[in-house]
Amino acid sequence: MSDTIPVLELRKVDKSFGPIDVLHEISLKVNKGEVLCLLGDNGAGKSTLIMNLCGVQQPTRGDILMDGEKVSFQGPKDAADRGIATVHQFGGTFPLMSIGRSFFVGVEPTKGWGPFKIYDRKRANEIAVKAVQDFGITRIDDGDRLVGGLSGGERQSLAIARAVHFGARVLILDEPTAALGVKQAAHVLRIVNEAKRRGLAVIFITHQVMHAMAVGDHFAVLIRGAVAADFKRGDKTREEITDLMAGGETMADLEANIAGYMETHDGHPPTIVA
Amino acid sequence: MPKSINKGGALAASLGRLARRQETGSFMGMVVVYIFFAALGGTTFLGAPGFSSFLNMAGEIGIIALPVGLLMIAGELDISVGSVIPASSMTVAIISGHYGLPNAVGIIGGLSVGVLVGYINGLLVTRTAIPSLIITIGTMFGVMGLTLGLSILIAGSTGVFIVPDAWAKSLLGSAIGGMFQVTIFWWVGFVAIMFYLLHISPYGNWIYALGGDRESARKAGIPTQTLTTQLYILSGFAAAFVGVAQVVTFNSAQVAAGQSFVFNSIMCVVIGGVLLTGGSGSVIGIVIGTLTFAIVNQGIFFSSLDPNIGSVIIGALLLAAVLSNDSFRQIAMGLSIRKKDMRVPS
Repeated sequence: MSDTIPVLELRKVDKSFGPIDVLHEISLKVNKGEVLCLLGDNGAGKSTLIMNLCGVQQPTRGDILMDGEKVSFQGPKDAADRGIATVHQFGGTFPLMSIGRSFFVGVEPTKGWGPFKIYDRKRANEIAVKAVQDFGITRIDDGDRLVGGLSGGERQSLAIARAVHFGARVLILDEPTAALGVKQAAHVLRIVNEAKRRGLAVIFITHQVMHAMAVGDHFAVLIRGAVAADFKRGDKTREEITDLMAGGETMADLEANIAGYMETHDGHPPTIVA
Repeated sequence: MPKSINKGGALAASLGRLARRQETGSFMGMVVVYIFFAALGGTTFLGAPGFSSFLNMAGEIGIIALPVGLLMIAGELDISVGSVIPASSMTVAIISGHYGLPNAVGIIGGLSVGVLVGYINGLLVTRTAIPSLIITIGTMFGVMGLTLGLSILIAGSTGVFIVPDAWAKSLLGSAIGGMFQVTIFWWVGFVAIMFYLLHISPYGNWIYALGGDRESARKAGIPTQTLTTQLYILSGFAAAFVGVAQVVTFNSAQVAAGQSFVFNSIMCVVIGGVLLTGGSGSVIGIVIGTLTFAIVNQGIFFSSLDPNIGSVIIGALLLAAVLSNDSFRQIAMGLSIRKKDMRVPS
């Protein structure tokens, strides 16, 4: 893998807001057809990292490289034009719009000429439904249905299918499984695998280690804005990763503590003192 | 008879689809209200006098309700229309009446006032984080004060007279058959343009996206700030248009005219099924809402009822409309997750 040029690479990226360092010397790379899982507890800097990757913010120091060349995103549109697509927790779709309309939002297919452009509803619906069905979501067959009527997993799938359809090369998935049930999450993980099979570079952000291990090739753990660990699939066990995310304190110790407390206190968990 | 069953099934399916359309509820409301007043108002209401009276009102308020509705679909409000109407009337009266300049100059001046106020609204709404309700209340009072102050300063009075040219009168202020105001036809024109904008052209999609989720719309590459400003300019222009038509019709401009349009336009839009939170609504719905509002407002005078009952009916209609909008949204969203409640900081 060392001779391939990563699709997206970060070199010693720092981000500070005034005196506060939110990201510190982040170096990461993700290759074509590979899933990089970005793990971290709340407040570890995952969101800030995404905002720097998708052009909403610019790094204070350090470089972002695409295909080995330095890039600087002027805004979300610029990053999107270079093939970076971000799918947020709730799919970033519009609940009261039809599937066809929300699929093509901002890039509506039109017919007609000059100022008399007509939104081509039929074509939009056909393409949207086909794109989603190609990802294995066969339940979606009517492009006029409202996005709000879809399940959380289907909405994620719709958003991913949309990103792929519009030529994304790097797919950033921000906690796509966080609000989903077990089945729905499995659904999304299958879609992630499909995106990987199609040769996309996927950055999968999550704090659910199980989900990360199901699809990840490469893992990075963020703690307080720095990469605390960077390893390949199979290098670490689930427990080790969870311990890393918890910031060194082992989960087993925590569990033992709680169990011990509960034994001596009629089965009540310890009260939390802030 | 399997064939007839099939036919019945298809009919039921298309009826079902029709029943799920958001305009259907508004339409049924309009029919009920019309029948109610037809029964009370008798032949006068069913004839040309009845039609002209509510169509005249619908025409005037409808021209404003359309762009206000588009703004509401995009998730914004515009209160300032109430003061743009007298401001543009006054501008026309002062330019062409007080100073005696050509009518065309006055009318262009009046319309420019609306465009300018819309542009300022758009700038303030897109450049600050203040809710558009507050901003447009602010501009409404600002424009109101300026209109009053400048009218007294220039013309020395709060009412200015004008004798419009024949062409202006026939184009903007005449009544066909002595009953039907020409604004009704302008309204039809506005409806056609807005229908094209919202439902046929790709811009409609942007407006829905803006009201659905501004942030996602921006990320999808929609120029949200420009679009919002354009919509405010549109509503400012429409309000100014009504102001110009009023001054040409009545041959005079009053500083205090137009306040009733603020709530009335919003009510027309909401009765027509536009969601207060944005993201959903239609031009046909707004038209139906406007007609319903006008029928109640004018129908009351044809019936033997106390005119104050009209306000009660409008209030009840408004509540019924909001309730049905809400249930429409519930159905549309199905069992999907509640967006804001579930957000986990990461």
